[in-house]
Amino acid sequence: MAITTVKSAYFSGVAAGAPFILVIIPFASLFGLLATEAGLSVVQTLSFSVVVIAGAAQFTALQLMVEDAPTLVVLASALAVNLRMAMYSASLTPYIGSAPLWQRACAAYLTVDQSYVVAVAKYERSPDMTLPERMGYFFGAVTPIVPLWYMFTLVGALLGAQVPDSWALDFAIPITFLAMIAPMFRTLAHVVAALVAVVVSLLCAGVPYSLGLIIAGVAGMMAGAQVELWTARRAAEDSV
Amino acid sequence: MIDPVTLWTVIIGLGLGSFFLRFVFTGLVGNRAMPDWLLRHLRYTAVAILPALVAPQVLWPAATGGETDPARLAAAVAALTVGLLTKNVIAAMLSGGFTLYGLLYLLG
Repeated sequence: MAITTVKSAYFSGVAAGAPFILVIIPFASLFGLLATEAGLSVVQTLSFSVVVIAGAAQFTALQLMVEDAPTLVVLASALAVNLRMAMYSASLTPYIGSAPLWQRACAAYLTVDQSYVVAVAKYERSPDMTLPERMGYFFGAVTPIVPLWYMFTLVGALLGAQVPDSWALDFAIPITFLAMIAPMFRTLAHVVAALVAVVVSLLCAGVPYSLGLIIAGVAGMMAGAQVELWTARRAAEDSV
Repeated sequence: MIDPVTLWTVIIGLGLGSFFLRFVFTGLVGNRAMPDWLLRHLRYTAVAILPALVAPQVLWPAATGGETDPARLAAAVAALTVGLLTKNVIAAMLSGGFTLYGLLYLLG
């Protein structure tokens, strides 16, 4: 009986992850395309997607390498973009923290924006799920996503060499990032964090080694955290 | 051209680092709570880092030698506006793309 419920949890995970196929295919192809544009071989491009599986961080690293930023700055900036994965890991811990280590390690490798969002929403809705059901659901949610991420990176890489400059693909990354950021502006604190980060990054454009990005990111995070504190305090005062 | 040693260093370093970030709490911290101030800052990483990365490229694109380009600027505004209004990532990407190509074609 346990096996059937795990199986059905797996398949409802697959169904929940399926709509993201629409995002993953263009995003992965774009990475493959831009990476080969930047001079990476097909093998290097595919390895990048398999080893890292994190779109935004991969685009960031690629952009900075094209700009000849020092390796340490490339790594620090791309990992800063991926810091949200630590947030995801923290918020998954109460739900799957007692799973066997190898399962947690597999889940960690497969933690991407989509699998995290789908899984946590389900865990919150269905507090009665058993641990094996939760793991089944999680692995179900990534099944339609991660293999396509690899496959379409490869497709993009194979097509890449034939794309002319007049397609202005240099601007695909900024547009993709802006499109990804917009739905994240849920509170005033998010908006302030972004505005402060933008202003500081423009002011710091001349700072060497692309360190302006790190300075701007930290400034934005501090601004967001402060506004959050301030908003919470105001709400507390108003309710008294 | 990106030097292969740099490239593989970045791929492997970023892979290990990303795995560590994804594993740090589920794998290592377990069920212990994290300090509030840290969580409060971590909540704003994505909304701070991504706009900071994009802003200089929007105003001073490398493809035009750093000169502000009306087509690219308008495309950025379109993607952001549609994203804010619809909360739909694909709609936002498409609006940015259409604006960019439309204006590049018109301003030729």
